[in-house]
Amino acid sequence: MKPFAYERATTPETAATLVADSTEAVYLAGGTNLVDLMKLGVTEPAVVVDITRLPYDAIEHRPDGGVLIGALVSGSRLAGDPGVRERFPALAEALLSGASGQLRTVATTGGNLLQRTRCVYFQDVTKPCNKRQPGTGCSAVQGLHRDLAVLGTSDACVASHPSDMAVAMAALDAVVHLRRVNGSPRALPLNDFYLLPGDTPDRETVLQPGDLITGVELPPPPEGVAMSYRKVRDRWSYAFALVSVAAVVATAADGTLRDIRLGLGGVGTRPWRAREAERLLTGRRPTEEGLREAARAEFASARPLPGNAFKIDLAVDVITSAVRDLVGGERR
Amino acid sequence: MTTLQRTVGADVTRVEGHQKVTGTALYAYEYPVPDALYAWAVQSTVPRGRVRAVHAGAALALPGVVAVLDSRNVFRLRPAGDPELAVLQSADVAYRGQIVAAVVADSYETAGQAAAAVRVEYDVDDHDAELTDGDPRIFVPDTVNGGYPGQTETGDVEAALAAAPVVLDATYTTPPEHTSAMEPHATIAVWDEDSLTLYNGDQGPWMTAATLAELFGLPEGAVRVVADHTGGGFGSKAVPRPPTVLAALAARAVGRPVKVAATRQQMFTMVTYRTPTLQRVRLGAERDGRLTAVWHDALQQSSTLAPYCEQTATPTRVMYAARHRRTTHRLAQLDVPTPSWMRAPGEAPGMFALESAMDELAVALGMDPIELRVVNEPSVDPESGHPFSSRNLVACLREGAARFGWAGRDPAPGRRREGRWLVGTGVAASVFPAITWPATATARAEPDGTFTVRIAAADIGTGARTALTQVAADELGVEIDRVTLDIGRSAYGQAPFAGGSMGTSSWGWAVAKACRALAKRLGESAGAVPPGGLEELADTAEDVAARRDFSRHAYGAQFARVRVDAVTGQVRVDRLLGMFAAGRIINPRTAGSQLRGGMCMGLSMALHEGLEVDPRFGDFANHDLATYHIAANADVRDVQAYWLEEDDDELNPMGSKGVGELGIVGTAAAIANAVYHATGVRVRDLPITVERVRAGLPGH
Repeated sequence: MKPFAYERATTPETAATLVADSTEAVYLAGGTNLVDLMKLGVTEPAVVVDITRLPYDAIEHRPDGGVLIGALVSGSRLAGDPGVRERFPALAEALLSGASGQLRTVATTGGNLLQRTRCVYFQDVTKPCNKRQPGTGCSAVQGLHRDLAVLGTSDACVASHPSDMAVAMAALDAVVHLRRVNGSPRALPLNDFYLLPGDTPDRETVLQPGDLITGVELPPPPEGVAMSYRKVRDRWSYAFALVSVAAVVATAADGTLRDIRLGLGGVGTRPWRAREAERLLTGRRPTEEGLREAARAEFASARPLPGNAFKIDLAVDVITSAVRDLVGGERR
Repeated sequence: MTTLQRTVGADVTRVEGHQKVTGTALYAYEYPVPDALYAWAVQSTVPRGRVRAVHAGAALALPGVVAVLDSRNVFRLRPAGDPELAVLQSADVAYRGQIVAAVVADSYETAGQAAAAVRVEYDVDDHDAELTDGDPRIFVPDTVNGGYPGQTETGDVEAALAAAPVVLDATYTTPPEHTSAMEPHATIAVWDEDSLTLYNGDQGPWMTAATLAELFGLPEGAVRVVADHTGGGFGSKAVPRPPTVLAALAARAVGRPVKVAATRQQMFTMVTYRTPTLQRVRLGAERDGRLTAVWHDALQQSSTLAPYCEQTATPTRVMYAARHRRTTHRLAQLDVPTPSWMRAPGEAPGMFALESAMDELAVALGMDPIELRVVNEPSVDPESGHPFSSRNLVACLREGAARFGWAGRDPAPGRRREGRWLVGTGVAASVFPAITWPATATARAEPDGTFTVRIAAADIGTGARTALTQVAADELGVEIDRVTLDIGRSAYGQAPFAGGSMGTSSWGWAVAKACRALAKRLGESAGAVPPGGLEELADTAEDVAARRDFSRHAYGAQFARVRVDAVTGQVRVDRLLGMFAAGRIINPRTAGSQLRGGMCMGLSMALHEGLEVDPRFGDFANHDLATYHIAANADVRDVQAYWLEEDDDELNPMGSKGVGELGIVGTAAAIANAVYHATGVRVRDLPITVERVRAGLPGH
C-alpha cells in the first residue's frame, strides 16, 4: 500500500476543503471497499479524509411517509430501523442480503452507493482495465465476466455495479443529497447519479471533486404498495448478486398494475431501473406471459457475453416470479 | 488406588482449547522475535520466459528498505526434490505468479509498498496454461501421487463393455480448487551462524526441517522448525512451500530475522492448488446390476517444473467388484503453478466421478443406488487381491439409510415439490486409505509424577494433540491431566506430516510404544522416578514395515437432501448425513468435528469452489475470498456424522483409521445425485451453479 496522509474532518467545510485541495484526496467513511482497494494498489490516494464524525448519521422519518437517511448511517442500522422495515421492506431485505454482518456494521449508506465493481481485472493491477487505467483495454470481455453486466455495457467496460442497497433505492425513486464544495446543497435522483461507462468507464457518477454525499431520501411509497427484494447468488450469504430484483408494485381495484417499479442488480453497469418493462406493464394485468414479455423487452438492448448470457433468462424468471408473488399477496 | 477411566474413546475437550479461545496460542507469525525485518515477494506477471532485468532503484530509495533480492544475489540452494522450492535460483519463469524477486524492509507495509515499486523486465515466451484433452503432450505417468501405478488393467475391459447389456459412459469435470487455509502461509526465519530456526505455519515440522537443511546444505538438526499451532493447511502446509524458503533466503541475505506472510491473493499461486480433472467413467453391468467392466480415466495438469499427478482414479481400484477393469491417469504439463495436495487428493475428485456414475447406472438399471453398491461389494480388494483389514461399506450404507430415512424413496426425478422448491435425496459412498507412516516419540516420567510426551506432530485444528494425549494417558495408566503432549517441533524427531489422514495413526503408534515402554520401566522400578526423570524413545519403523499385506481403508456412506429453487436453479443442501466406519474412534468430539467439517468441505466443493483459469494471462482470474467462494455458514444447515464400531487388529495399537479426509469424499456426488433426484438435471461439472442446473430444467 502506498503511504497516505490521514485527516479527520470535524466539519463539512474542512472535509470539503481538504478533499478539494488535492486531486488525490478521498473521503473515508466505513472504508470496507476503499481500504481493500488501497491495499491492492487499485486506489492510491495521497490524502484520506475521515468523515465519520460529520453529522450525517440520522434516519429522519417524514410525516408524509418518506425518509431521509444520513450518508453515515450504517447498513445494519438502516436494515434494522423499524420505519424502514415497515414502509420500505425491500430496502431492508436488500441490505441484509449484502456483505456480512461485520461489514454491514461498518459500511455506510453513502459509501455503499460508491462501491466499486468487483470485476477481477479491475482489482488486479497487473492486468489491463479501462476503468482502472483508461486506454489499457478490457480484460473481462474475453475473460472471466460471469459476474459482470449485460445492460449498459460498452466496448470499453462491462463491469457490474455490486450494490444491493442501491438497487432497492433505484426502485424506490431515491434522491441523493450532496453538499458541493462551496457548501451549496444539491439533490438529484439516484437514477441520474450513475453514469454509463461509454468510453470513460473510470467516471462512474456525476460527483464533482469535493462533492460529499450527505444523505439519501426516499419519497413516501405509493398507497397500497407491496415490495420485495430477491437475490440470486452463488451461496446463501456473503456473495454478490448474479441477478437481483427489487420490485415495488401497487395494483388497482380492477387488478391492473397501477404502479410498478423494478430495480435490477447484477446485470447492469449501474443499479438498473427497468423503465422499459415498467412502461409495458403499467396499467396492464400482470399475466404470466405479459410479465415475461415485459421483462424480456428490458433486455432487448442487452449485450450478453458467453459467460453471463444466462443472466437474461434468469432475470426474466425472477422478475416474473417476484411481481407475480407480490400481486398474489406473497412477499416471497 | 482409584480405578482409572480409559480416555481413548472418551469425549475429551481440546487440551489447547483455552489457549485458542483466549488468543494466547501463538501462530507462526506471532512469535516475538527481536530485530526482525519483513520480506515481500515480487511475483512474475508473465506466464513463461526469463527475467531480463530487475530494476530495484525505486524500491531501494524508499526509507526502510534494506534489500531487494533476485536470482543474482541470493544463496545458491541445493536441489531438494520439489523444484518449486528453488526460489530465486534462476531467471527462468515457469508460471505467472512465480517469485522473481523480493523486498526486505523494516515494516510489513514498507515491504509491500516497495515490492510494488520493483520493476521487472522479461523476455516473454509463448505459453499454454489451458488443459485440453487431445493435447499431444499428454502422457500416462508411471506412478501417481502416493506411489500408486499410473495405470492398472485387469481382464479385457473393452470387450466386456461391448458385451455388457447396460453401459454407462459419462464424463465429469472438477475445476482447480484452492485450500485457502484460514492462516495464510507465514514464516519467521532466524539464522544463528549455520543453524536456522523457522517459526512456520506447518503440517509437518520435521519434514520441513529436513527439507530446508537439504536446500541449504546443512546437517540434519541444523534447522529447527517450531509450529506449535497451525491455522489449517489442508495439504498446502504438509511440506514447505516457496514462502518458507523465501524467508530463510532473505534472513540469510540480510543477516537478521525475517518474517514472511503471504497475502490472501498471493496464496492462490504460491502455495499450490488442486489440479482440475476431466474424468471419463465407463461402467458395464448385467441387468441385475453386477458390474462386469469398470474403466476410469482421469486427465489432469501439472507445471513444467514437476509432473505431480493426483491419484484420482485410485479409489476406483478398491470400490467395486468387476472382472474387467482399467484405470488410467493422464497428465499435461502446462505453464502453470505446480498443483499439490488438497483435502483428500485423488479421492475427492475421483469419487465425485465414480459415485455420480454409479448413480447414473442405478437410474439406467432402474435399481436402488444402495442396492447397486451392495451387489457389487467385493470380498477381497478387487485389484490387489489382498484381504480387507476391515470393510464396512455395506453396513454404513444400511445403517445410514435407516438413520436418514431412505426406505420408500421414490426414485423418479423431479416429482417432489414444496412450494417453489424441488426436493430430492442422494447417496454416495466414501473411502479413504488407512495410511500409517513410521514415527518417533519420547515419553518422560518427571519426578513430580507428571509425564511429558514429545513428538514432531502438528495439530492444524484437528484435535491431534488431544487425541495423542488420550493415547499416552491410557498407555501410562494415568489420568489425562498428568500428561503433557509437546508437539510441533522438528527437534522431537522424525515424524510424518499431518496429511493423508495418517497423523493420529502414525504418531499415536509411536506415542503408544514410547509410553508402554516407559510404563514397563516404571513398573520395574516400582514407580520410582530418579531426579533427572525417566525417558523412553520409540521408533515404529520396524513395526510399520512388519505389517501384513492387507487392503486398509476407511469407508462411509454419504446422504444428502437438497432443495432446488424451481425459478432460479439455486441449490440448498437441507441435510447431510454421513455414516462412517473408521476403526476405533479415539475422541468422538474431535473426530465428529473432523467428519462434519469434511462434509462441509464436500458441500463447498459441490456447490461453490472453483478457480477460473484465464489462459491468456496464465493464472487464476479469481484469487481472493470474495471471488473464490467457499461455503458460508448460511450454506451449511443440518450436518450429522455417525460411525459404526469397527474392530480392526491390522492397523496400529489404537485400532484407528484416519478421519481427516473421509468426510469430504463422496459428499459432492451425494449432493449432485440429490440434485438429479430433485430436478432430473444431471450436473457432471463442478461446481453445481445455477446456470448448470437451469440448463437442464424444462423451458431452458
